[in-house]
This record gives sequence, C-alpha cells and structure tokens, in this order.
Amino acid sequence: MGSEFVTLSLTPLLIGIFAAVACALPGNFLLLRKQALIGDAISHVALPGIVVAFLLTGAISTWPMMLGAAGAAVVAVVMIEGIRRLGRIEPGAAMGVVFTTLFAAGVLLLEQSDTSSVHLDVEHALYGNLESLIWLDGTGWGSLLDPEALAYLPVELPRMAATLVVVAGFIALFWRPLKISTFDEGFARTMGMRTDLLGLALVITAAIAAVAAFDAVGSIIVIAMFICPPAAARMMTNRLEVQIAWSVVFATLSAIIGYVFAGYGPIWIGMGDAVSAAGMIATVSGLILAITALVGPCRARAGAPSGV
Amino acid sequence: MLIDALFLQLGYNATLVAIGAALLGAASGITGTFLFLRKRALVSDAVSHATLPGVCVAFLVLVALGGDGRNLAGLLIGSAVSAGIGLWCMNWLTRNTRLAEDAAIGAVLSVFFGFGVVLLTVIQTLGVGRQAGLEGFLLGSTAGMLYSDALVIAAGGAAVLFLILLTRRPMTMVAFDPEYAAARGLPVDKVDMLMMGLVMAVTVVGLKVVGLILIVALLIIPPVTARFWTERADQVVILAGVLGAVAAYLGAAISASAPNLPTGPIIVLMSFALFALSLLVAPNRGVLAAVLRHQKFQRRVHIRQGLLALAQDQTIYEPLTLRLLSKRGLVRADGVATKAGRARAAKALRDEHRWDILRRDQAQEAAAALYDGLREIETVLTPDQIAEIDRKISTPKEAC
Repeated sequence: MGSEFVTLSLTPLLIGIFAAVACALPGNFLLLRKQALIGDAISHVALPGIVVAFLLTGAISTWPMMLGAAGAAVVAVVMIEGIRRLGRIEPGAAMGVVFTTLFAAGVLLLEQSDTSSVHLDVEHALYGNLESLIWLDGTGWGSLLDPEALAYLPVELPRMAATLVVVAGFIALFWRPLKISTFDEGFARTMGMRTDLLGLALVITAAIAAVAAFDAVGSIIVIAMFICPPAAARMMTNRLEVQIAWSVVFATLSAIIGYVFAGYGPIWIGMGDAVSAAGMIATVSGLILAITALVGPCRARAGAPSGV
Repeated sequence: MLIDALFLQLGYNATLVAIGAALLGAASGITGTFLFLRKRALVSDAVSHATLPGVCVAFLVLVALGGDGRNLAGLLIGSAVSAGIGLWCMNWLTRNTRLAEDAAIGAVLSVFFGFGVVLLTVIQTLGVGRQAGLEGFLLGSTAGMLYSDALVIAAGGAAVLFLILLTRRPMTMVAFDPEYAAARGLPVDKVDMLMMGLVMAVTVVGLKVVGLILIVALLIIPPVTARFWTERADQVVILAGVLGAVAAYLGAAISASAPNLPTGPIIVLMSFALFALSLLVAPNRGVLAAVLRHQKFQRRVHIRQGLLALAQDQTIYEPLTLRLLSKRGLVRADGVATKAGRARAAKALRDEHRWDILRRDQAQEAAAALYDGLREIETVLTPDQIAEIDRKISTPKEAC
C-alpha cells in the first residue's frame, strides 16, 4: 500500500470523492425540487462549450474550457426557459430539445475541427480520465509534507477541493431559504424570499460543480452523483439534514468502492487491466441506490396518493 | 454535391443510409408523439442510455460463442433486453419508492450508462474482435452500413409503424387523458407498456444510425415541432412522422455530401432547424403569430381608448393613438376629430354605457362576463336586447 498508493491512487481517489460530494450536495435540492435532470442536461451541453473554448483559444487550457462549459450551461438554461415560455412546451420536452441539439452541435464542431493533435474527444468527455490523474512526485506519505512534491499535485485536485468548498459554502450560507423554498415555495415567497433568484443560484451552483467535475472525471460521474446518492439518501430519512449527511456518505462510498473495484476488481477475478473508474463509480452508486430502494426505512411514498 | 446527395446519386452506401434514416425518422417521430403527449418525453433518454450495457454483453456473448461480435441483429437484441431491464427498473422505482419519475430516469440512465462504459473498457482490455464498431453505437456510424443492417433498420421501423397503426386509438386516449382512458376501461398500464416498448424498439433500431445519445432528439424534437402547427392529435402524429423523415433524410444527405459531417449530429441539427423555424413562423402558436396578435390587440386598445377620449372632449397626447386614429381618418393632424371620428366616438361612448347597464344586470351575467373593454356589444346581444338597454339609458336622463 505505502508509496505506490500515494503515487497512483491517492489523488484520483480524493478527486473522485470531492467530485462526487460536490455534485451530490446540490443534487439533494434538485432532487426534492423535481429538477433532477438538470445535471444530465448540463453535462451534455458542457461538450459544445468546451469545444468552442478550444477553438477560440487553440489550446487545452483549463480556465477557458471551464468558462466555455459554464457559458454553455447558461446558454442552455436560457434556451430551455425561452423555448418553454415562447413555445408553451412542457419543461421536460424543452430540455430534451435543447440538450440534444447542443450536444449534437458539439460533436459536429469536434469532428469539423482539427483536434487530432490534442486529447479532446467525445469518449474522453464521457468517461473522464480519473485514472490518469496520478501524482508522480508523491513518492510516499512523506511527500504530503514536502512542499516541492506538493507543487506537482495534479491541478484537478485543488480545483475540485475549491469547488467543493464553494458548493458547500453556498448551501451553508443559504441553508434556511433553500430549505424553505424547496419544500414550500409559496410560503417562501410570502416571507419575502426571492425564490426565482434562489432557484437560479442553485442551478448555477450545480453547473459550477458539474463543470468542474466534468473536467476532472467526465460526465457519467456528474449525472450519477447528482441523482443516485441523494435518491438513496432520500430512502433513509425524512429529514433534510440527515438526508444530506447520508448523501455525502453514499457519494464518498461510491467513489471509494468504485475506484477500488475498477482498479483492483479485474485483478481479483483474474483479468488483466483496470476498467473505467468513472463507469464503476456510477455503477456502485446505482447498486447503493438499489439496496436502499429495497430496504431503506423511508423508501415508501408516505401519505401521497399513487401516481403523484 | 449536395444536390446529388439529395437525389440519391452518391452511391450505394449513401443511398442506403438516406433511405434507412428517413424510415427511422418517420418511426421515431410518430412514436415520440405519444410519449410527448403523455408528458414523458425524457423517458426516452433513460431507455436509450440503458441500451449500452446490452450491446456490450451481446458483443461479449457473441465473441464467446465464437461468432462475429459485430453482428447487428445480435447486438440489437442485447440492447433491447438491457433497455427493457432499464425501463423496468425505472417503473419499479417510480411505483414502489418515493422517487419522482425524473429522478428515476436520471438514476437509470447514469447507472446503466456507467455500467456500459465499464463493459466497454472490459472489451477493450480483452482485445477481442474489432471493438471499434461498438464505440460507433454512442454517436452512430453510418460509414460502414451494410445492406443487411439497412434491412434490419427498415424492418424494425416498418414493424413499429404497423403496431402504431393498429393501436393508435388507445394510445392517443391514454396519452391525452389517462384517467378518462381508465374510466373507459382501457388497460392504461398495458398501453403505457406498449408505448415504452415501441420507444425501446425505435431506440434500438436507431442506435446504428444516430447513436444512443442522440436518438432521444429524434423522439422529442419532431413531435414538439409538429405540435406548433396543429391542435389535432392525429395530425400531430402524421406531421411528426413527416418532419422526422424529412430531417433524417436531409441530414443523411448532407452528411454524405462532405467529409467530417457525422450523420447523427447533422440529423439532430436539421430537426432543430425545423423546430426553430416552426417556433418562429407557426400560425397561432408561433412567436411571430404571437407578436402580430399582440400588436393587433394593442392597436384595438389604442383606438378604443382614443375614441372614448374624443367622445369626452379630452385631448389625446399618446402619439401612437393619434397616429392610428389619423390613419383611419378619424382625427385630423392637429388632433381634432373628423366627422367620421365624432360618429365613431359617440358610438364607442354609447357602447360603454350599454355595457355598464349590462354588467349591473344580474340576469345577464353570462353576457357581461364577455366584457373586456374591446368587444363590440352587437356581437353579444341581439338588436332587441340592445334597444332594451338603450331605453334604460335614456329613462333616468329624462327623469332628471
């Protein structure tokens, strides 16, 4: 375990955990507000944003791409709202129209532009490259105290940690209004809260988490973590505080178990190479959801008539 | 080049792809309409993503049996099975747990897709077969389409269309009003299941052409587009089929006409172009129509208010009102009413009094509810009734 673990597994594991938790936190509110598929839409539209940023700057650099993805997310939200209002179309269909179109545009741009020289393709955007975020200078646990080695940490790690802080900070800061407006929007409005602005802020926070995680670990984890840990947590409790705590636990568990399974699982069953960590983390989160859906104490829909 | 492509002059493969795509577009547009009217459009997203593990498992099984891993029919059967499992999971989650449908969709699509990616990497590391073909299912690849592939697609599309032709009535009814359909004794659950089965079939058939990420677009965009043009369900269905076929045909032709134009994305963008066009220019529901309607309404309000102002000898300052009135010859350039203008103004004021009386009359509540400040009273009441109201107007005046 010692030094090899620090070099090869510590940073991807931490990045995976941070990404999972950063997505799961806003996911709790999105789930309760019946906006769970926002994460799906955002992670699809990030592709054209990243491609456009690449075409404009001509290089794979982080900030332009993050800005491009965030810009695309905003464009998508505006388009969905616009189509929904102008065309009087139900939100689900409007979302479907927008994110497929933008994703198609992204794929087309990618095919049209000369990206053969750089590592930018659709598969990469979907699966991420969690396994490759290794820390070559981390030669052992001692490196954690060595400033020189720390300087060569993969940039994704501090960035993902910062994203997690931003997301957690937003939720802590707006805890009360978020909670009230999520459960009873009308009441929140009569108390003078700007629920529309709050809803937008939540979506933007989710977009920040999605874009940062997308860059580091690919879109599968993003979509899975927005939904599966909060949904599993929902089966465990009726209290929002407890639900969020559970979702963090589930997200962390998915990241750790998924990463370990992807890295070591094939070796255990006698196969050669590792499988996709991103896919495995999503799979594990699904298994957790399946278990809670079968045995979770609060899995049933209490009091509500069927079909609601 | 594009002209050649549109008239199927670009060779055997391009022709095959264009015809196959058009059939697929028609089938998915028609199927998607029921989903859209049922307000479950995004279910297709879960179904399409859930096909990936099935494709991979089918590939592994085919290779293990010593066959060619790229046998399209085999892969499609695998994808149908896993899409069916995904659909079942989604229904189970929605029905037996507290999760709403959108959360169930998201959970199924992300988990199945994630698992599919795991299997894809397994296939890669096994190094068997030519797995390059499998990645093509993500975004579709028509470059190497074989005659047998086209045949599978055509047969699948035709079967879907035939099934819909048989079951269109119950499906329309369930899509519109499930409670009413249940009250009429229709097995809503079974019809829903059929609907989902058809969506699954279209998705599976479309995997090869547009890929599993973008097939959703073919199921959602044409119905949404068709909805702009008509209020009748049967017409929406047919129109969605036509729009889907046109978009897919055009897309396939354009993508064949130049290099680096992947078929799937081009088809989606063509559908979106049709959608955007409809959003703008469709009669009634389109944006342009709404703007025109608003302007017409605005003009009527201005003229009416202007006439009332004239009748009460008030000066009009609002330039738009003045312009509208003078264009109709009701006022002169200096804002003084012409003879025709005075007549119309007096009539407007009198109508306003008539409405006043009418709205105070309890017996005429239904007619009074139609008052919106613009409606001509003649369109609501008969001449006799108006004459009656006029008597009420004049009596009090004579009294004082």
